[in-house]
Amino acid sequence: MRYRKYINFRTIFSLVIATMLLLHGSAFAQAGDSTATENDTTVSSSELQAEAESAGTTAADTTGNAVAAATPEGTSATSNAVQAAQEEEKSIDPQVYKNFFYYVLLFFLVCIIVGIVGKIIQVYELTREMQGRAKRVNWNKFHGTLFLISLFVGLYGAYWSYAHHGSLAWHESASEHGERIDSMFITTTVITTIVFVLTHILLFGFSFVYKSTGKRKAYFYPHNNLIEKIWTIVPAIVLTVLVLFGFFTWRSITNVPDDVAKDALQVEITGEQFAWTVRYGGKDNKIGKRSIKLTTPLNGLGIDYNDKSAWDDIMGSDIVLPVGKPVRFTINSKDILHSFYMPDFRVQMNAVPGMATHFQMTPRYTTAEMREKLNNPEFDYVMLCAKICGQGHYNMQKTVRIVSEAEYKEWLATQSYFFSDDVKKEFKASQSANKGEQEEDNKQLALNY
Amino acid sequence: MSSIAIPHAGDHGHDAHEHHHETFLTKYIFSQDHKMIAKQFLITGIIMAFFAMFLSILFRIQLAWPEKDFPILEVFLGKWAEGGRIRPDFFLSLVTIHGTIMVFFVLTAGLSGTFSNLLIPLQLGARDMASPFMNMLSYWLFFSACVVMISSFFVESGPASAGWTIYPPLSALPQAIPGSGTGMTLWLASMVLFIASQVMGGINYISTVLNMRTKGMSLWRMPLTIWAVFLTAIVGLLSFPVLVSAVVLLIFDRSMGTSFYLSDIIIGGQILPNEGGSPILFQHLFWFLGHPEVYIVLMPALGLTSEVIATNSRKPIFGYHAMVYSLIGITVLSFIVWGHHMFVTGMNPFLGGVFMITTLIIAVPSAVKTFNYLATLWRGNIKFTPAMLFAIGLVSFFISGGLTGIFLGNSALDINLHDTYFVVAHFHLVMGSASICGMLCGVYHWYPKMFGRMMNDKLGYLHFWMTFIGAYLVFFPMHFMGIDGVPRRYYSFTNFPFMQEWLTVNVFVTWAAIIAGLGQVAFLFNFFYSIWFGKKATQNPWKSNTLEWTTPVEHLHGNWPGEIPTVYRWPYDYSKPGHEDDFIPQTVPFSETMSSNLPHDFEGDAVAEQIQREWDKEHGVERELHH
Repeated sequence: MRYRKYINFRTIFSLVIATMLLLHGSAFAQAGDSTATENDTTVSSSELQAEAESAGTTAADTTGNAVAAATPEGTSATSNAVQAAQEEEKSIDPQVYKNFFYYVLLFFLVCIIVGIVGKIIQVYELTREMQGRAKRVNWNKFHGTLFLISLFVGLYGAYWSYAHHGSLAWHESASEHGERIDSMFITTTVITTIVFVLTHILLFGFSFVYKSTGKRKAYFYPHNNLIEKIWTIVPAIVLTVLVLFGFFTWRSITNVPDDVAKDALQVEITGEQFAWTVRYGGKDNKIGKRSIKLTTPLNGLGIDYNDKSAWDDIMGSDIVLPVGKPVRFTINSKDILHSFYMPDFRVQMNAVPGMATHFQMTPRYTTAEMREKLNNPEFDYVMLCAKICGQGHYNMQKTVRIVSEAEYKEWLATQSYFFSDDVKKEFKASQSANKGEQEEDNKQLALNY
Repeated sequence: MSSIAIPHAGDHGHDAHEHHHETFLTKYIFSQDHKMIAKQFLITGIIMAFFAMFLSILFRIQLAWPEKDFPILEVFLGKWAEGGRIRPDFFLSLVTIHGTIMVFFVLTAGLSGTFSNLLIPLQLGARDMASPFMNMLSYWLFFSACVVMISSFFVESGPASAGWTIYPPLSALPQAIPGSGTGMTLWLASMVLFIASQVMGGINYISTVLNMRTKGMSLWRMPLTIWAVFLTAIVGLLSFPVLVSAVVLLIFDRSMGTSFYLSDIIIGGQILPNEGGSPILFQHLFWFLGHPEVYIVLMPALGLTSEVIATNSRKPIFGYHAMVYSLIGITVLSFIVWGHHMFVTGMNPFLGGVFMITTLIIAVPSAVKTFNYLATLWRGNIKFTPAMLFAIGLVSFFISGGLTGIFLGNSALDINLHDTYFVVAHFHLVMGSASICGMLCGVYHWYPKMFGRMMNDKLGYLHFWMTFIGAYLVFFPMHFMGIDGVPRRYYSFTNFPFMQEWLTVNVFVTWAAIIAGLGQVAFLFNFFYSIWFGKKATQNPWKSNTLEWTTPVEHLHGNWPGEIPTVYRWPYDYSKPGHEDDFIPQTVPFSETMSSNLPHDFEGDAVAEQIQREWDKEHGVERELHH
């Protein structure tokens, strides 16, 4: 046993010395290199160095660059030419490896320090034992204390995070149903935070108070049915309250009566990789029927113009909505799943190909009002995709503007109809073709593009 | 129950003879010994864990410094990180494979596979699993699943990249994302192999627990670890086959032109002929496994920690029966909550309401478990071994992550939190960090049983504190990003003004992740170093009650050299008043502990009570035998 320890010592020390030498060597190399550049002003080496420095775009700090850059240069002067040749050959700058190696070395050094500290502790414990002093390091006390510290630091950290990150994250909802969601969110946060704090005080507190001292026996206490019943029933009651609260809120949001839904402003949102198309119901506030088979390059949504209610449908460049008026979104997808998400309004619904989904809401504040509230003149509501949908998933957005009724009407007048002149021509052509031939043609037409 | 478990139970005296015809191949590779298979599962799991952790560091780097080049990445990843920047589709691959490996290969197979195999026979007093050959097959199917999964990094179009939930149509259409080509095929093949492995394992675990318990080991004397892995196996056996059906239908859609999940799709300007399918169907099938899967991951961890917390608090686990019933409650309820993953996916909103109710009910047994852990610590005599530290870590993560589940289980709140970083934070705490803590707790605790040597304590301490603090620093701030509405699986936050506020937080999180990740090296070193150079273990290093610590330190086929020990008592007689030691192993009969027996020990056995009464009279002990 003792022999083995000795061996470990030796290996560790020799490793330390080897690393020190290595670092030392590179320090020497750096010195040598700098003198070389001072004395000898060949273009190649200074050029190389300049290049190395400018190429240090990675996270390495300058000292890292210097040490890493110096190592191979110092080893031999003749390697410069070889290196330059290599550099021309490969597109990857060798600097890359050096920087990486530097970090690996740094980590290795940390490991060695950890090893040394470990050994020091071991030596300390052994000497204590040899001197016949009480005991080794009292690890139970150590961890008990650490748990107590992490209780305080952790609770403060959680508080800080609530205060700091919370204020970054929390904005008042801009929709009417969002208000109800928010109040429930706050209630739930308060309840869970209380539980979080109390249970952690108990968990870490017990860990500290009841750490083993070696003098005491634990208290044999296998069960207590009364206490167990209490802490089954109390969470059950709290959860029942939350469930009921949540259930009715959820129903009130999602279960909109048909007549109310019909009266709301009809807006259809269609997702595809990686864009959204916005369609307003137009004068009749009715969104025309669609069929995927009718899709052509001109008629991207496959709107069925046999349905006359589609003729006045308007294409929105953005989502612009009048404040205080219920709006019903019909959500569709042309290709894969997307998710129609407007965090400011607490609105989210997936866009599913082959199945229309709906969400109804009423905006409360105009964009201008919200800018004032947030004290941020740049602020804009956004709509974004929340369901993984491919390379462009992270940038699939539309701006949302909430404006007054008048502004909305004004804006809507500037938008174009889906049933444009070109589409009309195409529609007429297809109608005449339909009379003579099979519907197959439509598909063929689409396939050709 | 029966000790005639396996055919060669009779020749336990001739182990040396048996070892003769064991070659390297049969002992270390195609081993049918449950202890070796456990080690195989564990080491494969650890390797996969490090691989998946490395992937997570890669995408964390992208998230923290979206505008910076890291040329070293190009060296290793080639075209996936051209110019030192990870490509968006490869970013999604990283996220996908990280999730898949962690959930399935590490926390399902690595955790359940290791500890079910190791502990079921050892803690129940069996010589091996019910079907050792099937057990071996289970491992090798798992291993091939791992190989197939990793091989997808070497195909031209890259690994699967539709998220670990592989929702079609994205996962069905290679036109939608390159990863849905060969990479996805490999993912599906890997998953089929994996499920076959799980089913074989599960059948084995269940039949062993039910049939091969030693004499005296009634169900109510089983340690909580066994209850947990037993119920986990049941959940797995019932839910994994449903994932197979989901996967097979997806394979049909991908390569045979069926339309189970596809309908009305135009992609790349082409109208696909598929009609009548529903992507929602896949989600139902997937989450019918997917949600129980969460508990498959978590329950063994809870079982392991129950055992470790009791042992190291030197106290019986508080409310043993309540612990078992809450596990059973979780098992049953876990099958009827899957819809809470689909509140806003277009599922009928009324169903959403129903699933919210079942979801929040499942919080009750979870709460009971937490309180019981706390009560176990109360007035204990806590010894902070590395295993105990991780057990306490699990309780903390289980609380923090579980509480945020109350937000997400509430369908109304889920509208705004669905698919945001809040979800990421939630499940990384409750099933990621908590389960991995449970697994590490198990490794530290049963390492002496597995390898006959001890791991280094101090490195274990370092490892714990780095992991514990690191995980909180990584995941706590993410809740707030989610509340602000930052969706998950975003390649960069640079395109939205409101997300740019979070860039500094992202940098912080990435640094925390890197440091916590490097902290795992302490474990890796400790684990492999101790296999050969660790301190030799004693037979019962933690002074534990359960049966596995009555086996010899040196492994032998059949576990016990002589007869399998008989069990006389439950596994939690720690610090029993009247007994001089602070533990009484399960193999000690009540007749040897006359001074410490309690009324409920006799379970109404009149003869035993009579004997105890006479002994009490003789020794002048006052004791109430009837309650």
